Amino acid sequence: MVVPIAYYLVLSAILFSIGVAAFLIKRNIITVFMSIELMLNAVNLTFVAFAHQWHQVSGQIFVFFVMVVAAAEAAVGLAIIIAIFRARNTLNVDQVNLMKL
Amino acid sequence: MNDGLHLWLIPVLPLVGFVLNGLLGRRSPKALVSTIALVFSAAPFLLVLHVYTSFSALSLPYIERHTSWIATSTFHADFAFALDQLTLVMLLVVTGVGFLIHIYSVGYMAHEEGYWRFFAYLNLFMFFMLTLVLAENFLLMFVGWEGVGLASYLLIGFYFKKHSAVRAGMKAFVVNRIGDFGFLLAMFLLIIHFGTLSFIEVGSQIAQHPDWHGGVLTAIALLLVLGATGKSAQIPLYVWLPDAMEGPTPVSALIHAATMVTAGVYMVVRTHALFDRAPLALSVVAVIGAATAFFAATVGILQTDIKRVLAYSTISQLGYMFLACGAAAYSAAIFHLVTHAFFKALLFLAAGSVIHAVGGEQDMRLMGGLRRYIPVTFWTMTMAVFAISAFPPFAGFFSKDAILAEVFRSPNGGPLLWAVGIVTAAITSFYMFRLWYMTFFGHLRLQRETANHVALPVALDDELLATEHSTNGQHAHGHPHGHSIHESPRSMLVPLVLLAVLSVAGGWIGIPHSLGGSDRFARFLDPVTHGTGVPASFEQVSIAMRTGAPIPTTEPPSKPEDPQTERMLSGCSVLAALLGLLLADTLYRRKPQLPARMAAGSRALYGLVVNKYWIDEIYGFLIVKPLLIISRYILWGGVDRGVIGGGARVLAGGTQGVGAVLRRIQSGNIRSYAGWLAIGAAAILLLAFFGFGAHLHMGVR
Repeated sequence: MVVPIAYYLVLSAILFSIGVAAFLIKRNIITVFMSIELMLNAVNLTFVAFAHQWHQVSGQIFVFFVMVVAAAEAAVGLAIIIAIFRARNTLNVDQVNLMKL
Repeated sequence: MNDGLHLWLIPVLPLVGFVLNGLLGRRSPKALVSTIALVFSAAPFLLVLHVYTSFSALSLPYIERHTSWIATSTFHADFAFALDQLTLVMLLVVTGVGFLIHIYSVGYMAHEEGYWRFFAYLNLFMFFMLTLVLAENFLLMFVGWEGVGLASYLLIGFYFKKHSAVRAGMKAFVVNRIGDFGFLLAMFLLIIHFGTLSFIEVGSQIAQHPDWHGGVLTAIALLLVLGATGKSAQIPLYVWLPDAMEGPTPVSALIHAATMVTAGVYMVVRTHALFDRAPLALSVVAVIGAATAFFAATVGILQTDIKRVLAYSTISQLGYMFLACGAAAYSAAIFHLVTHAFFKALLFLAAGSVIHAVGGEQDMRLMGGLRRYIPVTFWTMTMAVFAISAFPPFAGFFSKDAILAEVFRSPNGGPLLWAVGIVTAAITSFYMFRLWYMTFFGHLRLQRETANHVALPVALDDELLATEHSTNGQHAHGHPHGHSIHESPRSMLVPLVLLAVLSVAGGWIGIPHSLGGSDRFARFLDPVTHGTGVPASFEQVSIAMRTGAPIPTTEPPSKPEDPQTERMLSGCSVLAALLGLLLADTLYRRKPQLPARMAAGSRALYGLVVNKYWIDEIYGFLIVKPLLIISRYILWGGVDRGVIGGGARVLAGGTQGVGAVLRRIQSGNIRSYAGWLAIGAAAILLLAFFGFGAHLHMGVR
């Protein structure tokens, strides 16, 4: 049984859009962070789908890179989030606005 | 090439003095400052004397080429100095008189603020003046020309806390700039027409082409005349010189009487090869000279400031020199330049001594009877007054006589210009003796706290006198309280006496044939003023310049002489001088009430002359005001502030406005950034699908 590639892409687009929407709507930094992960994984899904479709391994490899970067990013990002929380006792992004005019 | 004459040292030595005094003078004691200044002005004088002693052994013109300055394929100019008879005369005058005035200044400026500054500037002036005189090409001469203007500006404005002095300095500088503009244009024309700025090369090219007349040569000559009228204070650019008297008196003597103002005359003589082929320019020079001589002399009659009388007489005497140049009597012009340097420097220095004696007063109406208090000054000034009034056997007689005789004879002159000259001579004699009588004879009108002198009632009441004194009194050595009239220190008297000797005997170097002399001065200058400067041919000159051989010259032509007429002309000028003397004697000694009555009698004429024919006002109205209005309202208000400034403001304001809008985007709200990012990404996607995609399809099909 072969799942057509369009299914994968549509799923990926839905996931990505959910990620974007969550990123824009949510105020909690951790949720925002999670939505970023969601977007990354939506992209990963696209990569894998195309790699499978065209029988090319480079897409698969790219996914590994993305995962590595995402892991590093998660580590750094969580550290930053903890630091922010310690400093300001809140995780609300709208209140982290010292750079604002 | 340089067989040990080292001409370059002559200008450079004062420069060294300037640098030393300029850099270190502020912290040095006065004795050191004056020692440096005197050493570095005496040294060039000694060098010039050395040159003078070895002069006869030289092959003239002696050229000293140092380095190339501008070198292109078609044009080149060098740092080159030239020495010939004319240069030597000028060098002797500049360094000799200059040195004497340096000595004088030591005494005169002793109590002044900025002592070191004064001597630094004075040395700087010497440097530029000697550069001007020694220069072998127009360009280097122009350096000196501008430089003396600068030094003059600095020294006129020496009392820079005094508003009028600053303005006078500025006026001198700006008016001179007009003349310099003519000089510059003349140089451009020379480059285009001759391809060179070397005096000798220009001269030889002219000599090579006997058919060149008028045209471009006239244009060049007239532009040079414009330059000369600026520097030598001739109509129409003379207006700066009377105001230049705001400077210290030694400066008036050195720069504005003896040396710098004669630069224009020197330049005309130096470039006479051009003028000889431009009769129109020569006539212009003659007319300018005669007009200036007469006009300035008439103004001099009614001036009451002792220095201003001398300033107008300087203008007038320079007019004589121009008149001589215009009559192609170059040696007579230089002769008068030399004697004038002696007696006019002396007049100024003696006037300075008078001013010094009466505590800074310059108004002759307040002087009088001074001969008893300052006898040395009186006697030396008397020599100068007789010299400038051209009484035989004083110096001025022979030079003025030479000029008038030549003018009478010359096709460019003629009896009319001669008559102007002779009338001017009478006026000169009149106003000089007026000065003499007002200053030294009669009773002292200076009413001060000086109780030991007989004080006559003064025309001006005390209060007015006090205010006038405070505005006039530029001299720190005026001690108005308890000041007693005293003779000047020895450092001031020695130059006076030396110059007095020169004012008497200076003319004997050029006693004409008609009066039993041998006309030595003119014969000495003959190679320059007739033959050379204009050597035989261009090829010979370039060969000679390359090999260092003597430059071949053409023979000076002999000129016709008529001793009978000349003796008669001399008689006329003596009569004129006597007439002036008698008139002054009548009006200012025997009937001192008469001048006031005469002034009242012809009020219009008196007003015209006493206000200097309103020339300053006319210039102010016709030239300065419109210029200021154009500058202020059109160039500054319109172009500068409106167009240039406005453009800049529009740009700045626009940028600011755009920035004010754009900075709203950078809100610091992370989610809004993310939103923009998402919108951007969406936009790119849309464009990729519908924009580019459509085009792509079209392209493929």
